[in-house]
Amino acid sequence: MLSQIIYALPFLAEGFAVTLWVSLLVVVLSLIAGVLMGVGLVYGPAPLRWAVRIFSDTIRGIPILVLIFFVYYGLPAVGLHLESFWAAVLALTLFKTAQVVEYLRGAVGSIPKGQSEAAMAIGLTFRQRLAYVIFPQAFRRFLPPWINGVTDAVKGSALVSLLGITDLMQAINQVIGRTYEAMPLYILGALVYFAVNYALSLASRRLEQRFSFIRE
Amino acid sequence: MSNAPHQNPALLDVSEVSKAFGSVEVLRSVSLKVTRGEVVTVIGPSGSGKTTLLRCVNFLESYDSGSIRIDGKEVGYRETGTRQRRSERDLAAMRAETGMVFQSFNLFPHLTAAGNIMLGLRKVRGKSNAEARTIAEHWLGRVGLAHKADSLPAELSGGQQQRVGIARAVAMEPKILLLDEITSALDPELVGEVLEVVRSLAEDGMTMLMVTHEMAFARDASSRIVFMADGGVSAVGPPAEILAAGFDNERLRSFLARFRASHF
Repeated sequence: MLSQIIYALPFLAEGFAVTLWVSLLVVVLSLIAGVLMGVGLVYGPAPLRWAVRIFSDTIRGIPILVLIFFVYYGLPAVGLHLESFWAAVLALTLFKTAQVVEYLRGAVGSIPKGQSEAAMAIGLTFRQRLAYVIFPQAFRRFLPPWINGVTDAVKGSALVSLLGITDLMQAINQVIGRTYEAMPLYILGALVYFAVNYALSLASRRLEQRFSFIRE
Repeated sequence: MSNAPHQNPALLDVSEVSKAFGSVEVLRSVSLKVTRGEVVTVIGPSGSGKTTLLRCVNFLESYDSGSIRIDGKEVGYRETGTRQRRSERDLAAMRAETGMVFQSFNLFPHLTAAGNIMLGLRKVRGKSNAEARTIAEHWLGRVGLAHKADSLPAELSGGQQQRVGIARAVAMEPKILLLDEITSALDPELVGEVLEVVRSLAEDGMTMLMVTHEMAFARDASSRIVFMADGGVSAVGPPAEILAAGFDNERLRSFLARFRASHF
């Protein structure tokens, strides 16, 4: 039994690499898109605000599984054919982007108006105000929910296995299919997911402490 | 608004400015001139539009009609053609020419005292880190806080924070300094140290427009006092005249009477 699992380890490692790659793509892409859209939601003109609001509320109201199937099986109907890997990444990114939008809105909204005004008064442009005054202060509020969301993304990436992508979850299932050793393999899988997310939580706590000098 | 502005010696020229929040008229055709080196104090009951007027001067508030010029240049709107808001870059550049000190200090909590002063110097004035630091230390010395350069705002008293706020504004070498009830949020025993800084700036010839409830300070430090009521300028004159008991303005007399009753 143990020898079979050890024999399967390289295969599981490949799956794990896919899990990390999907997670990384989703986290980075959703961070960029979510921050841009969040800034649009907080500071943009009314039509942009409405667009982001509708996007965020719609996406957050759909189960992630439905979203994945919709992108993979639904979008070809309108001419958008995506490989299963990129369909999964797109669906997970949309889902995560909607969350990042809300984290950003909450974090930026918690900064008193006087901060923007003081930054305007010394002649900073909009971008400079965001970069040097608003974001550094909002960062501390943004970080805890966002890291939480990153761990969600790692866990949620297991759903890509439903499109036949060989990530860690799918690799485990395939090895179980060959070895019929369900329990030890699922425990191994759980431990790997846990190790990644626990490391992220620890990193988050350290970062929060580093930024705790900002008094509320 | 095409009357030749450059023949006008006023540094700040507010001309017939009106503004409404919805159906409430907060400024009614306000006109006011401040010449270089002058200290003009705006007094009046709350809701009279004092703070709104101040905030229009650096375009933290927009105004509906009229014009505000600093050194002959229209503040918030383009000078050609139809009334059109200036671009973000233009507005930022104009705001850098006016300093503002806020009632609630509004220091940047993530930056040290020196860092607060250096931010504008570096990002707006394009100074190097070392130059900005030297200027920041100079102004911190001027406001008596040379030893607090590396303290965060949270580590400073209210009076110290406000002195950093003043240093942050004047370090940019603004043409005019706007002071918006800068002692109203301070404990009474801390008011003196802040007013002392303002007084020394006035002696150096800094042009200032301030809103304050410190009547004794207004009397001593101002070249002129503007009394606002209901969004309009109700009376203007030298302090001795405006604050004299017999001044011929019923609203001003009752304001001062109520003010004295509550403050002395």
